[in-house]
Amino acid sequence: MLDTRELENAKSMSIIVTKGSLDWAYPPFILGTTAAAMDVDVTMFFTFYGLPLLKKDLNLKFTPLGNPAMEMPMMGGHMAMPNVVGMLPGVGAMAGGMMKNLIKKKGVASIPELREAAIESDVKMIGCQMTLDLFEYDRADMIDEMEIGGAATYMEQALKADVNLFI
Amino acid sequence: MADQLLDAKGLNCPLPILKAKKALKGMSPGQVLEIKATDPGSVADFAAFCNQTGNELISSGSEGDVYQFEIKKS
Repeated sequence: MLDTRELENAKSMSIIVTKGSLDWAYPPFILGTTAAAMDVDVTMFFTFYGLPLLKKDLNLKFTPLGNPAMEMPMMGGHMAMPNVVGMLPGVGAMAGGMMKNLIKKKGVASIPELREAAIESDVKMIGCQMTLDLFEYDRADMIDEMEIGGAATYMEQALKADVNLFI
Repeated sequence: MADQLLDAKGLNCPLPILKAKKALKGMSPGQVLEIKATDPGSVADFAAFCNQTGNELISSGSEGDVYQFEIKKS
């Protein structure tokens, strides 16, 4: 365990998590879990579309819509998807399926796996109270490890943190 | 001689680091963890991980497509 000297030297990081799609869930969870593995004290604040990442039942979706930089590796090349194609019924689900296959094939962690790692390494996860109210989320549908807080709760952590990220 | 072996082959960032951290947690100071990985990014990542956590990177090398690391727990 940490002795007093180590506690005084402990680094800390905060991340504001604002996006909850399958692809955007990665950066905050990768950085949060890795920082925790490097003995950094991590606080993640989930607000707006980031809040669903704390639901017990994770069913993350992906869309290529409005993302001209999204290129799927395909037959040795890359394929971008024009918006007009991405809008067609079923195409979003298909792209999400392709993404999940790619994730598995390349040995990339799943989001449930990374969230579990975050819980195990004592990453503090704060759900935004205002977002819970705004989108009528039920506390009972969210993971037990979620603490509830607001902007001031976040600021208290952020003001003393070495690294603050907004993702 | 390593006290424990971690096979992280086929795993991508940040899993080799997360699994190494978990393994080190269960070990005693002075013990050595040997890691095998195929993620090319793990070379720079294990160096950074050890710099930050104070664990000692005793060796870092590769054989074919497999990278090998030895970390001594601080």
